[in-house]
Amino acid sequence: MSFREEHELHKRRFGRNLGLGLVLVTFVVLVFGLTVVKVTEGDPMQAFDHVARPEMTVPENAQESGQ
Amino acid sequence: MTDIATAFDQTGEAGFGDYVALLKPRVMSLVVFTALAGLVVAPAAVHPFVAFSAILFIAVGGGASGALNMWWDADIDAVMRRTAKRPVPAGRVAPQEALALGLALSGFSVIMLGLAANWFAAALLAFTIFFYAVVYTMWLKRATPQNIVIGGAAGAFPPMIGWAVATGGVSLESVLMFALIFMWTPPHFWALALFMKNDYSDAGVPMLTVTHGRRATRGHVLIYTLLLAPVALAIAATSIGGPVYLAVSLVLNAAFIRGAITIHRRDEPAAEADSYAVEKRFFRFSLIYLFLHFVALMVQGGLAAYGLGGW
Repeated sequence: MSFREEHELHKRRFGRNLGLGLVLVTFVVLVFGLTVVKVTEGDPMQAFDHVARPEMTVPENAQESGQ
Repeated sequence: MTDIATAFDQTGEAGFGDYVALLKPRVMSLVVFTALAGLVVAPAAVHPFVAFSAILFIAVGGGASGALNMWWDADIDAVMRRTAKRPVPAGRVAPQEALALGLALSGFSVIMLGLAANWFAAALLAFTIFFYAVVYTMWLKRATPQNIVIGGAAGAFPPMIGWAVATGGVSLESVLMFALIFMWTPPHFWALALFMKNDYSDAGVPMLTVTHGRRATRGHVLIYTLLLAPVALAIAATSIGGPVYLAVSLVLNAAFIRGAITIHRRDEPAAEADSYAVEKRFFRFSLIYLFLHFVALMVQGGLAAYGLGGW
């Protein structure tokens, strides 16, 4: 018996790997599609990194009038 | 060689199909269909891609609860003929693997539904998984003959989740769609229990046929079918109902009640004489009954979009 012999087990394992691969690709497509839809539909969302968030800063004149 | 093959079989090398089977694809198809109906008839529009993704995540959540159910119930599944070939009792998937898959997919589906649709729908999905896996499977199934009645709530949530995906909330219409499946489950399952003769008693599951006898089960089928009819017809009076739905529902309920009366009037010798033909027919019809109710709701909703139908 050679080590290279194709066992039924190898087929099962390949099927499982292929299935999982397809599931992962589908997931990537889903997340990408959802992102495109949400961005183009104008859903309220913010990217919190490297972006100035005006509502977090206190307006200059408000600061002056408060003091 | 045979020894090696046997050793390989025992290493838990399951095929992809075994993991799919853990998610109970047939139950999933019902979940997909009713969740879609709830989403379609809701008064708010959802982007088709978001709707598709949401239905998929609801289905995965339903599948996850199926995997948890198979993990917990592997001992009784092994005894019952109908379930003995499931991946865990058949030894193809290890119980811990089923548990891990169930837990992982539960968390995944809830979070993804929250991100894709809204967190109310996600919370409803989380509660559904909890209800099926913990309340029904762990607490009720082996404890009370009313297991089917209360556990049926788990299967009744999907249209409510679909509705919540679109509207972000609950309303009379979605509660009535819930009630339709909830009231439908007992006659559907008890008809199955009547002709699946010894399975449940062998497994020690307190099915009504085992605890109260088959005569009482026939009575219960009739009572629940009579209680189901007003719920089904009440939907016709809401904003998602209309003449098409009312007509379909009237015909289906008349036929369903007629079937339940026939079941009630029969006794065991008569049922055994024709190998439970009436019970089997009633069970098959119960599937058509539920399917057509939701089809009618979707048709009614489709007509309303063109200014036709509705009240």
